[in-house]
Amino acid sequence: MEVGFIMILPLVVGAMLGALVLVWWERRLLGFLQDRLGPNRLGPFGVGQMVADLIKLITKHDWVPPFADRLVFTLAPVAIVAAMLMGFAIVPFAPGWHIIDLNIGLLFFLAMTSLAVYGVLLAGLASNNKYSLLGGLRAAAQMVTYEVFMGLSIMGVVILTGSFNMSEIVRAQEDLWFFIPQVLGFVVFLIAGIAEAHRAPFDLPEAEHELVAGFHTEYSGMKFALVMVGEYLSVILTSAIIVTLFFGGWLGPDFLPPIIWFSLKTGLFICFFVLLRAAIPRPRYDQLMSLGWKILLPITLVNLLVTGAVVLLAKG
Amino acid sequence: MSELAQQPTTRTGVAAELMARFEPECLYQETVDGIATLWVSRNRLLDVMRYLKHEIDKPFPLLFDLSAIDERLREHRAGQPASDFTVFYHLISLERNEDVRIKVALADDDLSLPTLTSVWPAANWYEREVFDMFGIDVIGHPNLFRILTPPLWEGHPLRKEHPARATEMDPYEMSPEIKHEQQEALRFVPEQWGMSTEAKHTDFMFLNLGPNHPSVHGVFRIALQLDGEVLVDAVPDIGYHHRGAEKMAERQSWHTFIPYTDRIDYLGGVMNNMPYVMAVEKMAGIEVPDRAKVIRIMLAEMFRISSHLLFFGTFAQDVGQMSPVLYMFADRERLFSNIEAITGGRMHPMWFRIGGVAQDLPDGWDTMLRDWLDYMPKRLDEYDSVSMNNSILKQRTVGIGPYNTQEGLEWGVTGPNLRATGSDWDLRKKRPYGGYDQFDFEIPVAANGDCYDRCWVRVQEIRQSLRIIRQCLDNMPSGPYKAIHPQTTPPLRERTMEDIETLIQHFLNVSWGPVIPSSECSVNIEATKGWNSYYLISDGGTGSYRTRIRTPSFPHLQMIPLISRGFMIADLIAIIASIDFVMADVDR
Repeated sequence: MEVGFIMILPLVVGAMLGALVLVWWERRLLGFLQDRLGPNRLGPFGVGQMVADLIKLITKHDWVPPFADRLVFTLAPVAIVAAMLMGFAIVPFAPGWHIIDLNIGLLFFLAMTSLAVYGVLLAGLASNNKYSLLGGLRAAAQMVTYEVFMGLSIMGVVILTGSFNMSEIVRAQEDLWFFIPQVLGFVVFLIAGIAEAHRAPFDLPEAEHELVAGFHTEYSGMKFALVMVGEYLSVILTSAIIVTLFFGGWLGPDFLPPIIWFSLKTGLFICFFVLLRAAIPRPRYDQLMSLGWKILLPITLVNLLVTGAVVLLAKG
Repeated sequence: MSELAQQPTTRTGVAAELMARFEPECLYQETVDGIATLWVSRNRLLDVMRYLKHEIDKPFPLLFDLSAIDERLREHRAGQPASDFTVFYHLISLERNEDVRIKVALADDDLSLPTLTSVWPAANWYEREVFDMFGIDVIGHPNLFRILTPPLWEGHPLRKEHPARATEMDPYEMSPEIKHEQQEALRFVPEQWGMSTEAKHTDFMFLNLGPNHPSVHGVFRIALQLDGEVLVDAVPDIGYHHRGAEKMAERQSWHTFIPYTDRIDYLGGVMNNMPYVMAVEKMAGIEVPDRAKVIRIMLAEMFRISSHLLFFGTFAQDVGQMSPVLYMFADRERLFSNIEAITGGRMHPMWFRIGGVAQDLPDGWDTMLRDWLDYMPKRLDEYDSVSMNNSILKQRTVGIGPYNTQEGLEWGVTGPNLRATGSDWDLRKKRPYGGYDQFDFEIPVAANGDCYDRCWVRVQEIRQSLRIIRQCLDNMPSGPYKAIHPQTTPPLRERTMEDIETLIQHFLNVSWGPVIPSSECSVNIEATKGWNSYYLISDGGTGSYRTRIRTPSFPHLQMIPLISRGFMIADLIAIIASIDFVMADVDR
């Protein structure tokens, strides 16, 4: 198990750039879906918009509210982004293209997404604002709940592969992508992934119509940008993990190189995330919770039971 | 001149019943709108009101309006008892399809009368408004403090001695001390709003929602008492959008006030002109030609659709659905293009005139509109499948914030919000005004009175309005677009050049505006959000002596605490969205 130090820099730069492009892409795609133009003035198809956004955010007055807990308030966005970037360490983009090929890769991913919850929760608490507090509380409850199903839903994949190693999981899908035998696991993971990334329609911690901007109400300038980057990174990461676990990662016909296959599939899921945001209303906080505990939990458990039984039977 | 006179008791309807019971403490007043108007002494007010609400056969459950008149400068009051300030109550019985107006005379040195909050809970805000605007003390009122003006405001705006323009006052300065004082006065103190800070096992959290919040649709503040995310209580605070429209009416001429009405319910456009110009026409005895009537109905229904589309979009948005509002804004733009082609204006065309409309329809006016009428139903079908049939939207809105017809009437709820509870009361059908009896349309009625039904009723109303507009297109009468009446139309040009009399008339009409005979009249219409009435009092001048604007949104907001207790913050947002209010319509 060697660490691909050479990958770290391109990956961090790539992920941050990806998040930046995604800001533009989401606005364009939403514009298309909503019968309007979206950003289209700066450069071809408005791609210059992301540069303009970046300059605006960097040069904005970096303000910490006087009533906030200064240290935690500043560190929380960093924690969110750092946890998400760490999560990318175990993603195999192509054979041999990864930072670290951990034997417990999948567990590492779960650990990192759990760490991101602290960022959100602390941001909400440190802001010392009632809307932020409510947002932070919602985030804590929602993300802790959905962590459970997220973890359980991918255990079916682990049973089929017999390993937590991401590369091996991909290689095990050479004959059959796991979303076919693990369709229940896939659906639950997808829903939990959206909730974990607190993206619309499960964006309850920041539900703008109820909580103004929820846990990041008080954030502005670069700190706000970091919070948003964290959210986009988590969209990319969740898509990448879905592709790796259920859609054969880099696997695909030979006429395209593996990295392209991986990127295409990931891109498709990112678009799906945007489409969801455009289409679906937001459930209420308690409805989301009861969906989790009353429907998703039984589904995952049944899935786990059936998968285990089938694997045992197949072994004889 | 339809001057007021006391007449013998050969009355019919509620007037006869009241006079039979309360004579001689009950005095009848003649008005041009034909509403039974009775003067009652202050001591018998509560008896009369209880009688009207509970004891009379077919009672009056709806306190439609309550306000006051500063009579001190009024000259033409023949037949009315002496009064410095008159408080009036407008009640409506749906069963009888009849109105009654009760007036109470007050002397300047004894400005107080008993509260009606024990009879109608809806009287609460209206009485606060009377206190705020006129300085009349309402005895026994649970929380009598200012409602529309800031807490430290000096004077009572609708009194005649209160200045109406900044130029009549000294320049305003806000020193740091005054600013501090004003801000302190606005500070939220739970006890003052009748909330306790803790209960047996829990400390409550107080959340100040608004006046600037993404979902309060304007400047509206609600103080929430929360147990976790569950609402223990919610107290609405209004007045941030108060512009003194009723005061402005007192110094505008009859004509020049029309543009102000557009901006009362700023989503309703010409719908606001309608009750105002109809009331003036009634007082002046002007008969509107058929073509003008149909043009008015057509434009009013176009604005009903425009307002309902905006409601529908923001409703979906407030339960977290991002896209519909954008589709509906696009449709609304197309509708505005049609309105612009006809009137030249978009949101506030101020197109109605006393006696008709401003101009005739342009050549080829119907082609664009026909295209839009063909296009719209398909879009509505699409919205049904996107929003109304969406299971998450249903989960969020079905059974949320319900009330029944009786509770609705008790709180002054009218319009679509009342029809969502199963009542079929639409003024266009029950009291056809302005020519609505000539049209074929249905009144959509829902049953449960929850958020979902309030939205459903409006969506169906859009379809009915489309039907009405199509009938207008197919049956547009020919003829003049404005009544030929000396009060409203300047004499024809050929004739002004002939003799001095018509020339003088032309000059006076254009420089002063029409002089409306002294009289009182209120006209009530089915506006976009509920019943909107203008109660005008003319003292025989070129402007109104008192203009009372009764808007539907005002009582609707007052009901929020009642229907939101026990729900969650997210539900409150759905409730606010489903009520469909405009803050300018609330505060005026």
